[in-house]
Amino acid sequence: MRALRRKQLRDLERLKGQALAIAVVIGGGVMTLILAVTMLDALTRAQERFYASHHFAEVFADVTRAPLGLVERLQRLPGVNLVEARVGAPVRLTVPDFRDPVRGQLVSIPDGRQPTLNRLHLLAGQLPTAGREGEVVASDAFAAAHGLVPGDQIEAIIDGRHTRLTLSGIALSPEFLYQAGPTDLVPDYRRYAILWMNETALADAYGMEGAFNQLSLTLQAGADQEGVIDALDLALARYGGTGARPRHDQPSHRFLEEELDQQRAQATILPTVFLLVSAFLLHVVMSRLIGTQRQQIALLKAFGYRDAELARHYGGLALLIVLLGWGLGVGLGAWSARGMAGLYAEYFRFPELRFPIPPWALALSLLLAALSALAGTGRAVWQAVGAPPAEAMRPPAPERFRRTWLERSPLGHALGSEGRIVLRQLGRQPAKTALSVTGIALSAGLLMMGAWQLAAIDRMLDRQYREILRMDIELTFNDPTPERALGELRHLPGVLAAEPWRRVPATLIHGHRRYRTALTGLEARPLLRPVVDARGQARPLPPEGLVLTRYLGEWLGVEAGDTLEVAIMEGHRRRASLPVAALVDEPIGVGAYLRRERLNRLMREGPAIGGAWLLVDAAHRTALIAALDELPAVAGIGLMDEAERGVRRYLDETLQVFALVFVTLAGSIAFGVIYNTARISFAERSRELATLLVLGYTRAEVSRILLGEILLLGGFAILPGWAVGAGFCALLSEAFSSELFRIPLIFTPRIFAISALGVIAASALVGGLMLRRLWRLDQVAVLKAPE
Amino acid sequence: MDDDRDVVLRTRGLTRHYRMGEVTIKALRGVDLDLHRGELIVLLGASGSGKSTLLNLLGGLDRASSGSLRYGDDDLTHASQRQLTAYRRHHVGFVFQFYNLIASLTARENVAMVTDISRDPLTPETALARVGLEERLDHFPSQLSGGEQQRVAIARAIAKRPSLLLCDEPTGALDSRTGIRVLEVIETLNRESDTTMAIITHNAVIGEMADRVVHLRDGRVEGITVPARRRRAAELEW
Repeated sequence: MRALRRKQLRDLERLKGQALAIAVVIGGGVMTLILAVTMLDALTRAQERFYASHHFAEVFADVTRAPLGLVERLQRLPGVNLVEARVGAPVRLTVPDFRDPVRGQLVSIPDGRQPTLNRLHLLAGQLPTAGREGEVVASDAFAAAHGLVPGDQIEAIIDGRHTRLTLSGIALSPEFLYQAGPTDLVPDYRRYAILWMNETALADAYGMEGAFNQLSLTLQAGADQEGVIDALDLALARYGGTGARPRHDQPSHRFLEEELDQQRAQATILPTVFLLVSAFLLHVVMSRLIGTQRQQIALLKAFGYRDAELARHYGGLALLIVLLGWGLGVGLGAWSARGMAGLYAEYFRFPELRFPIPPWALALSLLLAALSALAGTGRAVWQAVGAPPAEAMRPPAPERFRRTWLERSPLGHALGSEGRIVLRQLGRQPAKTALSVTGIALSAGLLMMGAWQLAAIDRMLDRQYREILRMDIELTFNDPTPERALGELRHLPGVLAAEPWRRVPATLIHGHRRYRTALTGLEARPLLRPVVDARGQARPLPPEGLVLTRYLGEWLGVEAGDTLEVAIMEGHRRRASLPVAALVDEPIGVGAYLRRERLNRLMREGPAIGGAWLLVDAAHRTALIAALDELPAVAGIGLMDEAERGVRRYLDETLQVFALVFVTLAGSIAFGVIYNTARISFAERSRELATLLVLGYTRAEVSRILLGEILLLGGFAILPGWAVGAGFCALLSEAFSSELFRIPLIFTPRIFAISALGVIAASALVGGLMLRRLWRLDQVAVLKAPE
Repeated sequence: MDDDRDVVLRTRGLTRHYRMGEVTIKALRGVDLDLHRGELIVLLGASGSGKSTLLNLLGGLDRASSGSLRYGDDDLTHASQRQLTAYRRHHVGFVFQFYNLIASLTARENVAMVTDISRDPLTPETALARVGLEERLDHFPSQLSGGEQQRVAIARAIAKRPSLLLCDEPTGALDSRTGIRVLEVIETLNRESDTTMAIITHNAVIGEMADRVVHLRDGRVEGITVPARRRRAAELEW
C-alpha cells in the first residue's frame, strides 16, 4: 500500500492546478459559513455577557414626572424583581473645535455610585463624585470621536440653561450598545452623546427634584411580562406614562437584534448557497477527474489491487483536496471574521469582542465539505473501479460520436472542421456538458447576487435620500409648538422652504399583533418628505385614513381598507380606530402617516407641530445652523446629508464588504469550474490536438478548437446563470427584509453585465492558461504514448 | 553515387541527443541517408535502435542536434517551428501505430481535416476510395474496425499528395491479416504515385516488400540492403 500512498501524493502534485481550483471552490463555501457563524457567535456571546454582567433591565418605561415615593409601590407589583428610577433629559452640547450642533441624552445615576440596573462599564476615569456639580461620564464613542479624555470640559444646554460639564470618566453601557439618536438610523458619534450624571445634580438642573421620568426594572424568574407591563401602565398612567415596553422594544437592543437577524439570514442562506454550489461543482469536477484516470484504475486492478483499496485511494485523494480547501476556507473565514467584527465593533459598543471559531462550525463545515466531495467522487470511483481491467491493455477505443442537430441546420454547413469538433465534443456527452454549464451558471448566479447587492443597496439609499427625504434639515422642538413658529423659521437666513410635522408615539394594534411606532402627521401634499409608492410617485395623503409602510402593514396583517386600532401614548392617551388608506413602499425604516390636522384632532389639540423640515440655501447653511442653535425651543437639529453619509458608510462597511467578498469568491469559483472543465478536456484531447499539430495545423489553428469549447461553455452558461442569479437575489432580498430596511429586488443591465463579464473574464483567463499549455505540448511524446 | 535529381530527402551526419536528467542519450549517432522519389523504403530496427527518432527528424517533428537534413533544395536542419509546420503541412503525410483519428469526426471529415489546409489535395472521397473505404465515408472511428481506422489514417496522410509518406509501425496494433491488408494499400498507393514512402518497423518480414531496407542499430545505419526480389504485400506472412 505504500506505493499507492505515494501515488496519491504524486497524483495530487500532478493535479495541483486542478486540486487548487477545487480547493478554492470548497474554501469559498467553508469561508462563508465560518465567517457568518463566527460573527454571529461573537456578537451574540458578547451581547449575552455584557447584558448579564451589567444587569441590563428587562422592562422600560417613560413618564412625564412621577414622585420617587412611587418606586416602593412599583417594587411590590407581582413579578417585579428590581426597580430603578432615574431622570433622563435631552441635552444640547457644544464641543470645542466642532461647529455642528451636538445632541445628547443625559441619564442620571445614583450619586457617586453605579446604578443597580444598566451598570456602566468604565473605560477611563471614574464615576462623578457625589456632591460635586457638573461632572459627567461620557459615552466612549462620543469621547473618542472628539478626542475627549477625563478632565475635558464641554458646554451644555439643559432645559434651556447653559452649564459647563466636566468629564470624570468614559464608559460603555448595555443600554447603549447602539448609540443612534432617537430619529437616526445609524450612529453619528460626533453629533450624538450619552452622558451620565449624578442624580441630585441632574434632577436639580432639569427640575425633577424628588421625582423621576424614566424607569427600568427586571422580572422575577417565571414572571408574566405582559402582566407586569399592564400593571405598570396602569400605575404610571396618571404620571404621563407613555407605555412600558419590553426589552424587545428598547432601541439599542432592537437594533442589535435586527443586525443579528440579518447575520442569521447571512449565516444560513449564503453558506447554504455557496456550499451547495461548491458541492455540486466538486461533484462535476471530481467525477470528470476520476474519469480521466479510468485506464490507470484498470491497470492497478490488473496488478491485483482490490476494488476497496482503489476506492480508498481515490476517496483519499478527494479528501486531501477537501482538507486543503477546508483549511483555506477556515483561514480566510477566521481572517475575514476578524476584519468584519472590527467593523461591527465600531457600531456596537461592546467592552470586548472575541472571535473564536465555534468548534461546531469547524466540524460542520468539514463534514459538509467531505460529504460533498465523497458524493462527487463516490459514483465516479465506483464506475471506474467496476470496469474490467483488460481495458488498460487495449488501445484506446474511439469514443462514440454523432452529428448534432446544429450541424444539420443551415448554420451547421458554415462550420469548419474545428467547429464540428467543438460541437461534437460537447454533444458527445450531453450530461457532462450540462453539468459543466450548470456549474458555470451557478457561479454566474453567485456573481449576480453580489452585483445585485451592491446595486440594490445603492438604489435603496438613492430612493430614501433623493426621493423621500428631500429636506436638508430636520428640526425637532422640545414640546408641541403652535403652527405660527413656522413663520419665524421661514424668516431665518437661508431657509428656502419649511414644512411642519407632528410625531406622536403610538401602538398600532391589529388582532393580536401590536407594533410600537410613531404616528407622523404630514401636510396633505408634503413636498419635503413625500410619501411615495413603488414607482416613486408622490401620493397625496387621504383626509382620514392612515398610510403605512408596506412592511409594517404586512407585519400587522392589514391591507388598504382594513381598520387599525391605534393607542396613542401621549397626552390624553386616546385609542382610536383608523382606516388604512394605502400601503407604500419605503425602503428604509417603517412608518405610519396621516394628515397633520387629523393627528391634531386625534390629540385634541390645536394646529400644533412637533418640528419642521427645512430646505436650505447651501451658502447660508453654517449661519442658519448657528441661528437655529440659539433657539431655546429647538431640541434637535438633524442634518440629512450627515445622516445619509452615516447610513452609506454603515452599509458600505458591513453589507457591501460582504457583497464584495462574495463577488470575489463567486469569481474564483467560476474560474475554478471553467479551469477544471478545460483542463480535463485538454487532458482528454491532447492526443487529438497533437495529431492536428503533426498534420501541419498551426498552434493558432488548433487553439481555436480549445478556446471555442471554453467560450461556448461559458456562453451557454450565461443565460441560465442569470435565471439562477435572479432566484438567489430574490431569496436574499426576502431574507434581508427587516424593519430597518428592505433591499429592493431590482435588476439593472449592470447587474447582468457583471455576471456575464465575470464568466467571460474567467473563460478568457482559463483560455490563456490552456494556450500556454498548448504551446508547451510535446506533440511527439503525446502521440507515442498509447494514451 | 545517387542521381541527385531523384533525391527527395538527404541526411548527412544526423545526430540527436536527449538529456534525461544527468545522462545524455545519443538516440542518433550520425546518419547518412538519401530517400529517392517514389521509392518504398523500410527502416528496420529493434526498439532503441533510433528508428523513431530518425522518423521524427525526417517528418519535421523534431530538430537534429547536429548534421544536416535537406528536403529538395530546402535546408531543414535549422528550420524554425513555423517552417517545420509548413513542411509537414504541405509535404509530409503521417501514419501512426494507433491511427490517431479524431474521434469526433467521420472518416470523410478526418480526411477533410488535412484537405482543408492543403494546396492541391485529393478530395476526401477520392482519398478514401484509394484505400477502399468509399462505402464507409460517413462512419465515425468508433464504427470502424482497427484495419479500417488505419486505412482512414492512410487516406488522410495521402490526401494532400505528399512527397513523403512516413508510417510509424502502421501494422503494430493490428493482427497479421489486417496488417497485410493495410500494407497492400500502401503498396498500391506507392505504385500509383511518385510519393516516397518510409515504413518504420521492427518486423523484418515487411522489409521484403521494400525497394530498400535500412537496418538501424544503436543510432547508426548498420547497412542498407536491396531485396533480391521485391515481394508483394499479399505474399508476406508473419
